[in-house]
Amino acid sequence: MSDSIAIELCDVVKRFGDVVAVDHVNLQIRDGEFFSLLGPSGCGKTSTLRMIAGFELPTAGSILIHGREMGITPPHLRPVNTVFQSYALFPHMTVAQNVAFGLEMRKTPKAEIARQVKEALELVRLSGLEDRRPRQLSGGQQQRVALARALVNHPEVLLLDEPLGALDQKLRKEMQLELKSLQARVGITFVFVTHDQEEALTMSDRIAVMNKGKLLQVGTPTEIYERPNCRFVADFIGETNFIDGVVIGRDGNYTVLETPEGLRLRGLAARPLSDGTAVTYSIRPEKVRLLAPNGELPPNGLAGTVMTVNYIGSDTRITVRINDQRTIDIWEQNTRSTLDRDEYWQPGEAAVIVCPPDNALVLSE
Amino acid sequence: MIKTAPATTASARIRGAFSEGRLTWSGLALTVFSILVYLFLYVPIVILVIFSFTRDEFGVRWTGFTFDWYIRLFNNPRMMGAAWNTLVVATVSTIVSTIIGTLLAMAMERYRFRGRNAIEGLIYLPIVVPEIVMAVALLAFSAIIFDVIRMVTGEVLRRNLATVTIGHIAFSISFVVVVVRTSLKNFDRRLEEAAADLGADSWNIFWRITFPLILPGIIGGALLAFTLSLDDFIISLFLSGPGTSLLPVEVYNRVRRAITPEINAISTLMLILSMALVALSQVLQRRR
Repeated sequence: MSDSIAIELCDVVKRFGDVVAVDHVNLQIRDGEFFSLLGPSGCGKTSTLRMIAGFELPTAGSILIHGREMGITPPHLRPVNTVFQSYALFPHMTVAQNVAFGLEMRKTPKAEIARQVKEALELVRLSGLEDRRPRQLSGGQQQRVALARALVNHPEVLLLDEPLGALDQKLRKEMQLELKSLQARVGITFVFVTHDQEEALTMSDRIAVMNKGKLLQVGTPTEIYERPNCRFVADFIGETNFIDGVVIGRDGNYTVLETPEGLRLRGLAARPLSDGTAVTYSIRPEKVRLLAPNGELPPNGLAGTVMTVNYIGSDTRITVRINDQRTIDIWEQNTRSTLDRDEYWQPGEAAVIVCPPDNALVLSE
Repeated sequence: MIKTAPATTASARIRGAFSEGRLTWSGLALTVFSILVYLFLYVPIVILVIFSFTRDEFGVRWTGFTFDWYIRLFNNPRMMGAAWNTLVVATVSTIVSTIIGTLLAMAMERYRFRGRNAIEGLIYLPIVVPEIVMAVALLAFSAIIFDVIRMVTGEVLRRNLATVTIGHIAFSISFVVVVVRTSLKNFDRRLEEAAADLGADSWNIFWRITFPLILPGIIGGALLAFTLSLDDFIISLFLSGPGTSLLPVEVYNRVRRAITPEINAISTLMLILSMALVALSQVLQRRR
């Protein structure tokens, strides 16, 4: 992966009438990376992709592909190709004709087209289906044709608009891995739009999280999951416990907050926060530790009562009540191979939970 | 075994069917009614076809089988001339009205423009306006145009195949628009985006993607225009000039004197041609 920039968005705005679909987005996508735009439906991720492809023009701002300002360049003159959510395969053409379409538009010689189509179909493991029509293929096969049809043109960037959305769960998982390895083999920059956080975490080199047209955070899957920079990202990616409070001071590397009912908690803040700032404390259920009470509360510990214990195979999910208003979710991995669940936590038991401050975040706004 | 005679009679079987609930009065009434409707629709046509093969020269009694009337028909220069005129008018008006109608349908389906709603309403008017009104209007209009041409160039024009062709185009366009719009509505515009994404300019998008996919609709519209032109009578009567009459008008002129099996024969041929066209359009629609 080189450090040159494949796509750059400079202060891009897109309005549809009164609706701001994309709100001053600045973004750099590096050459050869698998980059995901992640967010709930209506967050502006598809509009962003469509502006890169040229189907929509930005209301303001500019888009550069390998340093070239795209301006009002129409889609057919942009060095990118798209894999559509609905695949948009041409129903009146065979698989081979679909894949050959882009090359024909570029006036590639016939023999060369035949060779490249064959290669592209081999790449997506569809050899032998050249003469089928799209409607004679399964969803997964159609998906591969759409991929081959785009990749055969050797685009500088491949845009993928929720391409796995229409597949069933099992096929989806397979295609995730296949797409990832395909991307590694062809070395083309992939920009992948999805609303599925697990998919984004599995596949991406970097992820941009969007909500309501705004770009909230850009980072590696680990950064996004471990160090979300705001409440929305922490909530959207994975599961987490939120506790509202205000900053009351600092303790070494940690920021200390106090909840309305007087609980004090320590955690990491992305930047120094002045006392009195309203914040949200966020800790993931698998980071919380659950201990038997032994008289004294450990640092960053809270006393509580076990409410529910749900065994789900790999984990056990426990809810602990801290006080009248608050419960904390805890996931413990079932590392012990025992059938004797009586040894384990029981509803009604007193317990102490500990939030390791290095794994807990103090999020402003 | 002794056969019980009454059980095998028809009336007994029907009674049995009633008592077992297989047959009900409403079901029976519906069946009889349907048969009557079909007889009402098709008996005259079947009789027409049958009597095109009778030896009887008045074509109203069956006196034996013959192909003579068809042979005579093909040797009748007036009839053949009218048939040729009809085919020329139908072909030209179909081509022109299909092109104009398709473009109009595309514009109305694709673009928002000022006056779109007005055009939307006006385009369907020729379908509901009584044909006699259309015919009179076109006749008066052609008279005005001829007057203008005479005043400007001094040339005296008469109604001819061109005027009747223009009349047919005028009413066919609306039908083409209706049919083509339906297939445009079902067309997935994301396919055009996909084509643009793959490097196709608007020319290639239209000819490689849009056109082949809406072609069944265009053919459907064209076949409708063709059949409408083939059997049009009123506008053809008003707008054709001396010596350029079309087949339906020619048939009418013959019938006023006497119904002959020759008329039955030409009617049968027109029937077959229309049915073939309808069947063709059905096949093309289904291929989609």
